[in-house]
Formats: sequence, structure tokens, C-alpha cells
Amino acid sequence: MTGTSAPLVSLEMRMAVADLQAEYAACLDGRRFDDWPDLFTDDCVYKLQPRENYDRGLPLATMAFESKGMLRDRVYAVTQTLFHIPYATRHVVGWPRVWIDAEGKSPAIAAESNYVVIRVRENELPELFSAGRYLDRIVDGGGRLRFRQRLAIFDSALIANSIIYPI
Amino acid sequence: MDTITDPISPSIISWPGKTLAEVPLRAYTDQQLYERELERIFYGPHWCYVGLVAEIPNAGDFKRTFVGERQVIMVRDVDADGKGGINVVENRCAHRGMQFCQKNFGNNPDFRCPYHQWNYDLKGNLIGVPYRRGIRRQGGMPADFKLEDHGLNKLQVATRNGVVFASFDPSVPSFEDYLGPDVLANFDRVFPANDPARELTILGYSRQRIPGNWKLMQENIKDPYHPGLLHVFFVTFGLWRPDQQSRMVTDAQHRHACMLSQRNQAAAGEATQGVSTFRENLQLQDDRILDVVSEDWWGGPTVCMTTIFPSLIIQQQVNSLSTRHIVPRGVGTFDFVWTHFGYRGDDPAMHQRRLRQANLFGPAGYVSADDGEAIECVQHGALLHPSESTYNAMDGHGVGGAEHMVTESLIRGMYAYWRQVMGI
Repeated sequence: MTGTSAPLVSLEMRMAVADLQAEYAACLDGRRFDDWPDLFTDDCVYKLQPRENYDRGLPLATMAFESKGMLRDRVYAVTQTLFHIPYATRHVVGWPRVWIDAEGKSPAIAAESNYVVIRVRENELPELFSAGRYLDRIVDGGGRLRFRQRLAIFDSALIANSIIYPI
Repeated sequence: MDTITDPISPSIISWPGKTLAEVPLRAYTDQQLYERELERIFYGPHWCYVGLVAEIPNAGDFKRTFVGERQVIMVRDVDADGKGGINVVENRCAHRGMQFCQKNFGNNPDFRCPYHQWNYDLKGNLIGVPYRRGIRRQGGMPADFKLEDHGLNKLQVATRNGVVFASFDPSVPSFEDYLGPDVLANFDRVFPANDPARELTILGYSRQRIPGNWKLMQENIKDPYHPGLLHVFFVTFGLWRPDQQSRMVTDAQHRHACMLSQRNQAAAGEATQGVSTFRENLQLQDDRILDVVSEDWWGGPTVCMTTIFPSLIIQQQVNSLSTRHIVPRGVGTFDFVWTHFGYRGDDPAMHQRRLRQANLFGPAGYVSADDGEAIECVQHGALLHPSESTYNAMDGHGVGGAEHMVTESLIRGMYAYWRQVMGI
């Protein structure tokens, strides 16, 4: 967490983190699902988890992926295999808190931001679908920032039927 | 001669179909039928799931949950031996009917309603009423007021091998008689008695609100016909295919069922021909979510999906285990609460494996998110045509078990029982 001894994060870096967040939302809302895994490192962790489990230290997640390969498998599954009522999403992501996490295996940029996702089905009004926060570890990979870890922790344990696309 | 008039009109409580294959769609949409279901099924002589003993390991631990739409509290009692039994009481103060408990999980030495601080022990007995004798000889409860007449509503409780069921109806049969020997044997396969290495550990919860009638989820897990068709991952990776050795089991009254099968990864054949969801060339880029390791206790079947009428599904799908609690929330909606679990003896690799395979299940699962979506679409269809019926005639019109998957006999069996208990 941020503290007096934490190194300062430059304004430039904060802008780069915000850009990555914006690209992530644009990628999902624009249904460019094939681009979504490329926002992560090869050995990334992505989890979508109810706050209930996260707060109680229970490991079960709604989605739990441990590699870019698993992210690509998810994209294949949701675009090619999983029957669902089609819907569009709109992610609204708040300005991130950003600090340096020096405690992991290698230093990373840490970011935390609030989100809401609106679901829009054909012939239906928009619905508030998910609200929560992203907990990120971000690293510089090949000249651009990527998520080494993205946890999406949603506040309401109750899900409106199902979640098909990543949050 | 007295005539008894049924409060529900005869057109609602008739079965219009020729056979059990034709379920009237109003069974999913009619408010009066639903209210009768709550009274006769959920609050009648049936065992409803409330939770796992492992969720409340310490004296005073409680879990708030549901029997039908009613809130109940499953609590571990404080007894002399320090261990304590499991009690289930309704979350309703005997004074004003207030739902006094407002947390899903917690620990307390007793229950206290915040409104007027009526105080109950963990068995639900009333132990204290503020100002019962009045103040300065003024006010207070009448002289004939007895604490023992005003306890919480105490439910019947059946705990078997770490799983807890409750019933509002004292006439409920024993849990063992309720399941019958064949279903009970499959229950004990997942939840064995007296095996410390297989005591349950809780991995976490998933909760869905599904816009469909509660019976549609019972039907979904009494329907071996759909998984190899709807679920691409099942058919493509051989987790559930109609050419597998399989067995459909039910109890004498056809309330409960088990669908057992054994995985094979046979090449494409009759079972996959013309099935649009079969993808012969599908390969995962990271197949660790299908890193299946056989466990000694399986004894053959790689999958056993058990439905316990009316409120529970028990899932063993390869290494992934869960209970799924069906909580009705009105005629057209139910909550679906998953509790994933493992066993105390799991090594770290098995613990991780169960969590990875959990990606197949739950609200986003590769073989279950689509079930909730399909149920929502069925409910929408039923709402517009309550006088129409389904046509669940796969494998004929009869009820009972089967040695194959190409059948809807388990669904018909449930409606045979439903008609009996509902008087339809």
C-alpha cells in the first residue's frame, strides 16, 4: 500500500496506467476479444471473484485464469461455444490509485480502481450488471505496460444469472 | 352433504396432458400453484438443504440461509462437551416477527433481537425479555406469560456426514428413508461417514439469481439428454457424452435422482454426428482446467450429479465438487447458491486442481453458465403460453431409472410425485 517510504510514481507513469485501463475497457466493450489476452503477460493471473470470497480468504473465483493461454481459451469459449442471451457491455472505470509494489517477486506498478459494468441486451433497457474494483499488478513488457495480475472483485455476491464475457 | 371447495380453480389444478411428458407451462408461471408448492413442498414433510457442518466449525458459529423463501439460521450449539450439535431456527423473533439476524455468517453465544432485545439461546429457547416484570411494579408481561411458550420456530434437523437438512414439518420421515437406499448410497459416496481425510473443506461460494421457476433447475439436473448437446466442453472433451457408459437412478417415489457416467474420449461417432456443438479439433491452449486425476473413492463413475428434491443438487464432475442450493424467490425466479468444497486430505495439487476445474461450473462456467441462460429463455417462453405444455417424451412416457442418457424419465418421475403432493 502507499506509505511514506513508497517511491513516488511519476505523472507519466500514472497516465500510462490510465491508458492501459482505458484500452482494457475499450477492448471488451468494443468486442475486440482477441486483443484482450494481449493486455496481459504470458504468466498472468486474471480472476473475477465475489467480494464475499475475497474478504473471507476463500479461494473460489467466478473465473480464475493463470496464463495468457487460459485467457485465449476463455475468448474461444465465449465467442464460439457458450450459449447465452447476447449482450453488450459498457465499462466505466474510475481514476486509479497507483503505487509501487516492491514486495512481489519483482517490482510492479500497483493500481486499484473502481468499476461499474452496464449490461445491455437487445430490446431491453440498460442494467447495472457488476460493480466492484480492480486490483492490478502491472509490469513493463516489451515497451508497453501489461497486467501481470488483474483481480476484479465484485461487490454483490449475487450475479444476474450468468457472466459470459470477462469484466 | 358438505362440499370442500378448493381455493384454486379446477382449471389451474388440472393436468391437461395425456401423460407425464406434457407438463403444463403454468406449472412454471402460476402464482397460486407456486404458493401451494411453498406450503406443501418446501414447508411440508420434505428435507430441504441448509448447509455443510464445515461452514460452522465452532460453537456459536451460524449461517443464515433459506428453506423455501423463509430465512433460517443454521447454528452450532454450545454443549457440555464443547462440540455441540447443529440447530436450525427460523429467523423470526417470537415477539414482532422481526428478522433479527442480518448477517449471512457470524458467531454469537446467543441470539438477540435488536428491536426489543428478546434473547434466545442457540436452541431457539427464549431466555430473556427486558422489563418482563415491569419497572417499579408498573407494566411488564402478564402473570401467565411463560418463556417456554415463546421460543423461535425450531425446525427438524437431519445431519448426515457433514451435510445439514431441515424441515418445518415434524411429520417428515427420517432422512435415510426420504432418500431411499439407492440415492443414499450415492450421497454417501461423496459424503462418507467417519473418514477424517475426507472431511469437507470450504473453497467458497457462487451466487446466481436466475429468472426462472425453481423446478427448471431440478429438471436440468434430471435431464441427461441436454449436456452432450448444449455444452460444447462436455461433448468435445468427453466429460459427458451419450455413448458413455451411464446409469440413471431414482428413488421409489421418483423425487430424487442420480445421473452417473464414466468419461471416455472416444473418437467422433454416432453420439457426435450432426451435433453442431461437437468440435473435433478444439484444443485448449492451456489444458490445466482439464487435468483430471482419478480419486480412489470414485469407484468407476467420473461424474455423479444428484438431485435431492426440492432444494439441492450435489455435483461431482471429475475433481470438482459442489453443493448447489435452489432458493425459490417467487414463481419466476430462484437463487442458485454454489458451495464448492474439497477434502481435508487434499494435497496442494488436488486443492489447485479442484479450483481450476471450477472454471467449468458456476455463473461463468463453461458447462453451466449456459444452463442458467437456457432456463431464462424457457421461462420467457412459458410466460406467454401458460395453457401450452412441454413434450418431455424422450425414451417414452414412463418413469424410473435407465442404463443410458437418451431419456427424460427422471423429469417425468419428478412430475409424478409433484402431481401427487400438489393434488393435480
